[in-house]
Amino acid sequence: MNSPHKALQHEGTPENWMPMLELACREVFEIMLGCGLELATQPGDPPKEFTAMVGLAGQLCGVITIRCSAASAALIASKMLGVDPAQAGDQMWDALGEVCNMIAGNFKNKVTGMSEGCMLSVPTVITGEDYSFHSLADGGLLELPFNFENAPLVVALEVHS
Amino acid sequence: MKRIRALIVDDSAVMRKIVERSLRQAGLDLSEVREAGNGAEGLAAIGENSVDLILCDINMPVMDGIEFLRQLQSNQKARGVPVVMITTEGSESHVVQALSVGARGYIRKPFTPEQVKEHVIPLLEEKK
Repeated sequence: MNSPHKALQHEGTPENWMPMLELACREVFEIMLGCGLELATQPGDPPKEFTAMVGLAGQLCGVITIRCSAASAALIASKMLGVDPAQAGDQMWDALGEVCNMIAGNFKNKVTGMSEGCMLSVPTVITGEDYSFHSLADGGLLELPFNFENAPLVVALEVHS
Repeated sequence: MKRIRALIVDDSAVMRKIVERSLRQAGLDLSEVREAGNGAEGLAAIGENSVDLILCDINMPVMDGIEFLRQLQSNQKARGVPVVMITTEGSESHVVQALSVGARGYIRKPFTPEQVKEHVIPLLEEKK
């Protein structure tokens, strides 16, 4: 019988996880926001005005982050709540954190064995551009540059070896 | 269908609003919606006048959804009230654990209003 750990070993390279991470992102945006995400053909680094992160611990250790501008964070909140972006200001942190949380959960549920063997932290959201992000993850970086309503948005998975 | 009093327990205010909207989109006539940010607040929100339906997250600070379900079992005011979990935790062990301590349904985030309807309406019909 295959143990979850063995199943992870089969799928357990970051290269194999890229399509699952992309699908997890697309599903969350389509289902919860009612809009699609396009992979950016000419990736641009979004302003790091908002960074949401959810930690992964267990069979996979690392962190999933979303980086976007304040305008994109407001748009995410407005689409989730069905209100005008100008009215969504106070909800930006909560909305972006929840989107990151759902992407992390959806992603781990797609990787065989990881659903049982990996726990998620509660989301954290940082605002402001004047900071450096140092993750202890040293096992690889998956980065997906998207266009979200004509603005850059990056989802990244940093893996601890 | 009669008017429904619902309790939504989730540490995200945005998610509580989305769940409420999904209930309305499912056709429920909500007479009252109580909100709580964790399990302990959820128990307090039941108070003396119980509710007809509870929707609850699992991962929350202070008291998580599983402990909330455990404590709910000894709450006379909540006897017979269906609880549906709405959570990012999709593992089989979480589902089994939640169902074993009284949850009647389990919805994984992200979710559609149709999924909420499919899980909630039969429970309310059964309760009539």
